Amino acid sequence: MTATESLRTGAGLDGELLRDLYQRMLLTRQLDLEFVTMQRQGVLLGYAPLRGQEAAQVGSGAVVDRARDFVFPTYREVGVAVAMDVDVVGYMATHLGVWNGGAYDPIASRFGAVNAVVAGSVLHAVGWAKGEKLTGSDGVALAYFGDGASSQGDVHEAMNFAGVDRLPVVFFCQNNGWAISVPTARQVAGGSVSARAAGYGFPGVRVDGNDVEAVYLATQEAFARARAGEGPTVIEAMTYRSGPHSTSDDPGRYRELVEENSWIERDPITRLALRLREEHAADEAYFEGALAEARAATESIRTGITETVGRPAEEMFDLVFANRPTTLDQQRDLWRAAAEGEERGDD
Amino acid sequence: MTDAPTTAAPSTTLSMQAAINLALEHALAQDDRTLVFGEDVGKLGGVFRVTDGLQERFGADRVFDTPLAESAIMGMAVGLALHGFRPIPEIQFDGFSYPAMNQIITQLARMHYRTRGAAPMPVTLRLPSFGGIRSPEMHSESLEAIFAHVPGLKVASPSTPTDAYQLLRQSIADPDPVIFMEPKARYWNKAPFDAAMALADTPPIGSSRVVRPGKHVTLVAWGAMVSRCIRAAEFAAEDGVELEVLDLRWLKPIDAAGLAASVGRTRRAVVVHEAPLTAGLGAEVGTLITEQCFGTLRAPVQRVTGYDVPYPPGDLEDHYLPSTDRILSAVQRVLEYRRG
Repeated sequence: MTATESLRTGAGLDGELLRDLYQRMLLTRQLDLEFVTMQRQGVLLGYAPLRGQEAAQVGSGAVVDRARDFVFPTYREVGVAVAMDVDVVGYMATHLGVWNGGAYDPIASRFGAVNAVVAGSVLHAVGWAKGEKLTGSDGVALAYFGDGASSQGDVHEAMNFAGVDRLPVVFFCQNNGWAISVPTARQVAGGSVSARAAGYGFPGVRVDGNDVEAVYLATQEAFARARAGEGPTVIEAMTYRSGPHSTSDDPGRYRELVEENSWIERDPITRLALRLREEHAADEAYFEGALAEARAATESIRTGITETVGRPAEEMFDLVFANRPTTLDQQRDLWRAAAEGEERGDD
Repeated sequence: MTDAPTTAAPSTTLSMQAAINLALEHALAQDDRTLVFGEDVGKLGGVFRVTDGLQERFGADRVFDTPLAESAIMGMAVGLALHGFRPIPEIQFDGFSYPAMNQIITQLARMHYRTRGAAPMPVTLRLPSFGGIRSPEMHSESLEAIFAHVPGLKVASPSTPTDAYQLLRQSIADPDPVIFMEPKARYWNKAPFDAAMALADTPPIGSSRVVRPGKHVTLVAWGAMVSRCIRAAEFAAEDGVELEVLDLRWLKPIDAAGLAASVGRTRRAVVVHEAPLTAGLGAEVGTLITEQCFGTLRAPVQRVTGYDVPYPPGDLEDHYLPSTDRILSAVQRVLEYRRG
């Protein structure tokens, strides 16, 4: 790490905000654990755990103003959804196999559809930010991506364009150490995603991604710059993917348990709890209440997911176009006739 | 779509390049949410001058140059559409769309579906396409089969100035993504043009057009191959053979009924395209004809296409492209075909 990108740590958020962040991080953790369980139980088809990244996600998502900003998530952003009060049951429709992209309204939520393409939505943030500039508005686009996605050409194209036009976009890289089995050292030449910002002519900051306050403040500063017309920022939140890449992954094949364990003591939720205790911003009754609240909310979301009714298969056809060609109507008719005539099982 | 033309007097002649320019001008004037952007489309007016004068008239917010990055052009188009704009991006040449395929296929084509209709994508990608101009590598690709194969995209290609104006205005007005393939070999051919009449006469999306009636064989083509088929029909007429030329216009959705109506009359069909043979759109057209006209067909549908080779250098271009002679040979094959 060079001097120009020293690891920032936070200081100065008030107790009420810290407690809100804690509550959301705790809920995110409870949900994440529950979703892994639900996949093992066969309820969810698959899931991409985020355990360890709660501070990076909640700390950045909490800065978003839903009246004017827009967020472009990847496929591992439950914590951002929780920070923004997005309908998590609708979010999980994607992992439930009910609808790829989720079943919430991305426009009303200001939280784009779950995007399965690595770095797929980073350019959309730049286009949306261009729209803000063209309309003279002061909203900010927040693009999430990972250390793996930073290798994609689209990220370069996005940062270059955003720099040329000084667009109001915040590039938020969660550097969680691993892109499935490939460590950051084999992924990021030069060792830093944020350092690349200098080449595009805008600031890049590296923050301790497990320090929610540092994440929040860095994001807040980047948003203020963007709103003031001062252009983009890259934030690289250094964190750790404590779980597997997905519920189909086996980290035992590529990393040591001792490495995973070393991050337990840097757990973002434990750290924030310690901080709240030290500053007497929360007492034991608060922590007990927070856990109970998170568990109750998790249970309610679990129920919502298990009670989610699948979408009618007609939607396969009906939602492809806004102005559907009759050729697709004909295929829908053929499907319906075939579905009604099904007698024999498949292999 | 009711505004009258501002710069072209009625009953004038116009090149396709100028007709497309006029369609863009009218779309920009009609709807503040339309944006024209791409590489060199602003001050230069595009390498084919198709966007000439548009930045001057509508300003650099509405008509702007992008960095040289095709994926960014299409990714930005998605973001701008999410914002509520109606983007009309240009990718400078057909072959330059390869680097943008990820954004076109995984994002643009699927965003309406992925968002369950919350985010329509009224994006019209203008793509100067096909060969015939002795260009460098990657400047003469015919990608209609690739685009037509992608769920969520519509694909159009005009053959005349009037058709270009109609199809482009229609594509821009449509709420879905349209890949608009401009036959660059036909940019400079002039034809009678009346924008107001063109708008009033615009057939629905997915309509083909019989551009020359005939009764012996139907030639199906699009883009620059339409005029070549008309030329073949003129030669055939000298021998008393009347070829019907059907301009497909919409390559997705394809006008299956239009194909059936024409081939139902002629009972023979030849499909002509510049793209390579294997898995080209000719296979789709041939199948649609066979499915609908099997009982009346007098001969198997013939294909006259490019070969399964990379588009050749300018020197060899004429060996690759369907020629009038190759088209007429195929006509002869379907006329002389005997069962058994």
